Amino acid sequence: MHEETVASSSAGAPEPAGQGPSGAEDYVQPRLGSGIAAKAASAVTAAVEPVVIRKVSRRRVLAVLGAAGAGAAAVGTGVLGREKSAQALGTGARGTPATVSKNPARRTAQWAMVLDLRRCDGCKGCTMACQQRHYLHADQTWIKVYKMTSSGGQTYHMPRPCMMCEDPPCMYVCPVGATFRNDEGIVLVDQSVCIGCRTCMAACPYEARYFNWSTPKPAPRMPGMPQSPEWPVPQVLGTVGKCVWCADRLPHGELPACVQGCPMGVIYIGDLVSDVAVNSFGDVIRIDEFIKKNDAVRFKEELGTNPRVWYVLGHDQSSVG
Amino acid sequence: MTNTEELSDVPELPDVRAASMRPVLKPGRWYWPVVGALVAVVAVGVVAWVTQLHEGLGAAGYNNHAFWAIYIADVVTFIGVSYGGAVVSAILRLTGASWRAPLTRIAEATAVVTVIIGGSFIIPHLGRPERILELIYRPNLSSPIFWDFVAVSTYAFASIVFFFLPLMPDLAMARDRLTAANRPRLARLCGTLSCRWQAKPSQRRRLDGAIGLVAIMVIPLAVSVHSVLSWAFTLTSRPWWHESIWAPYFVVAALYSGIALVIIVVAVMRRIWGLKAFITDRHLVRLGFILAPFGAAYLYLTIADFLPGSYVGENGVANVFAQVLAGRYALWFWLFVFAGLIVPLLIIALPWTRRAPFIVTAAALVVGSLWIKRMVMVVAPANYGRVSGVFGSYHFTWISACVTLAGVAAIPLLLLLVFRVVPILSVTEMEEMAARKEQEAMREGADRALAEIERRHDAGESLDVQVEEAEMTPVGRADA
Repeated sequence: MHEETVASSSAGAPEPAGQGPSGAEDYVQPRLGSGIAAKAASAVTAAVEPVVIRKVSRRRVLAVLGAAGAGAAAVGTGVLGREKSAQALGTGARGTPATVSKNPARRTAQWAMVLDLRRCDGCKGCTMACQQRHYLHADQTWIKVYKMTSSGGQTYHMPRPCMMCEDPPCMYVCPVGATFRNDEGIVLVDQSVCIGCRTCMAACPYEARYFNWSTPKPAPRMPGMPQSPEWPVPQVLGTVGKCVWCADRLPHGELPACVQGCPMGVIYIGDLVSDVAVNSFGDVIRIDEFIKKNDAVRFKEELGTNPRVWYVLGHDQSSVG
Repeated sequence: MTNTEELSDVPELPDVRAASMRPVLKPGRWYWPVVGALVAVVAVGVVAWVTQLHEGLGAAGYNNHAFWAIYIADVVTFIGVSYGGAVVSAILRLTGASWRAPLTRIAEATAVVTVIIGGSFIIPHLGRPERILELIYRPNLSSPIFWDFVAVSTYAFASIVFFFLPLMPDLAMARDRLTAANRPRLARLCGTLSCRWQAKPSQRRRLDGAIGLVAIMVIPLAVSVHSVLSWAFTLTSRPWWHESIWAPYFVVAALYSGIALVIIVVAVMRRIWGLKAFITDRHLVRLGFILAPFGAAYLYLTIADFLPGSYVGENGVANVFAQVLAGRYALWFWLFVFAGLIVPLLIIALPWTRRAPFIVTAAALVVGSLWIKRMVMVVAPANYGRVSGVFGSYHFTWISACVTLAGVAAIPLLLLLVFRVVPILSVTEMEEMAARKEQEAMREGADRALAEIERRHDAGESLDVQVEEAEMTPVGRADA
């Protein structure tokens, strides 16, 4: 249902003939060894096709996401995303040069989340897992669990990650293009560019952005994992940070920290192109069918931001927000 | 170099020239101590800002629920008050109001100084000010902030041009005076800046054309600056920021506070440098008359801004308005309404308070209250949690207070420094006005004489007429 947003081919690169709009070519940085993922791609996608809802093992979960991630062509797309936004702004290419994938079967993933609020008990496991992984201060709740009251007077809990809007207001108002949206629909902040004007915080209707008001929590250096928009650790003083859906993990078929840290299996992460999502239990759903069947809604739909997060409301909840 | 007086047919008015050069030649014994004190205040502000750079914006009281606060209010306030120069000068120039002449230099200088200070207040607002040049080399054209940057820089440049153009002839005059006073270095500077002004008719024609053009251009520029500034707020979906009325609302606020600041600066300058002979109480009262309609317009727009949102009760806006009108911000808001709108309007409206000291008090109330208003309108919607519906809070710290006070102190400081170099009155303009007035008076006298001759001729009386000399009006005096 969202393939049309995928269609835009990456800027400035020659498009191989014979590719449909949904099969926009992807780019691979050779060092990432995406060949393995590529091989896994076709097999696992095929395996997933008939699945509606079923239990799979942890390994399988990773594999499913790996399939979705294979098209994503690894972390390289993040670099490309930036390059694209830089080119769109007429400021020239940045980042390392990428190569064009020779495999037309590979497709760019379009990440999405489905949150089944019927299961959420507000334990904040997701928040804590995220803060631990990204070395965040306690007030930086990239995924925040709100206690809401329905019009019937009952309380329910609503985790709010970044909505990864298809029309992100934060990106449009950023004066220097520090916020960008990569080819997989992940909205990221380049903290080496951000000037810290906080207009994005004013613009985000979901209050999903967090400024570094004081010295960020120190983080141990990870070899081979430099600070990047996909891996914004440690945070940078005087810049804005936000939930990144663990964009560094997705291409490797790993679950984001919040999904993994949810003991109730509330959060499903998946790919709109292959129409598959999984939660921490290993439940696999067909996204399209699941959100239709359960009358899922998107938060603040009326603002036209087109979020990539769907909420399934419980029986005693009239609306979200 | 030809002497200015020889080429010019403008009558010599020694007192205007001497008075306008007084701050340059003999600024008074208080001058350096005051400048020193102001420099100290600015220095403390700089120290506070460096501390903030080191510790992060949290040290200035910012937090997740007050991501925009005092520095943005300062930016809007300082750029707002710079409108006074544009109005007093440009509009009065275009409408040919001759009483403006002794005020234009002060008004234009105030505009330049405040727009520069206001523009620089974006620096303490930023988390990474060292990256500010990215606005130039990697701009995002869809961002209102980028267009703010464009609009403010354009307006600042236009204000400087608008200040400089009418200054050129006066700088030539200053050069001659400084040479006579044996101040060769400053004289050379003034000579260079005057761009070889010799008061040739061709130069005068070109200068008049240029001033007229810039006066016309500076008005839409000024309007655009505050509109674009308001769009930094209204282009977000935040309750009370996302209001279509905000662009004109901002422009009127800027004009209102701008005229108020001109009143204050003019009153202070005429006192400290003894300009009462040229800037009379009537000038201040007239500026008060210009202030009043903008105050009334602002009151009207305030009502228009609040009524629909309070009436309908749509969640976000209603929550914010409830807090502004009757909640945690109510004290500040109503303080603004009374001190910033009702009291100043009454002072100008009532005949027995329509005097210079009261007008200056009203102006001071307006400038202070509008800063409070801007704080409320920046902080309240930022405080409002749009998912939780809970309000956060913003508290001043010594850092944000010192940085803001440094900006306030920088206005008199820069003005004192500017008038150490340039004549404080627009001498040429005042002399032209005087000459025109004199010509008119003479023409009137001649007309009267002719009429008398005709009358006597018709009546068969003697034609030996004694025409009384045309009355001379003092230069630049505002007459009733």
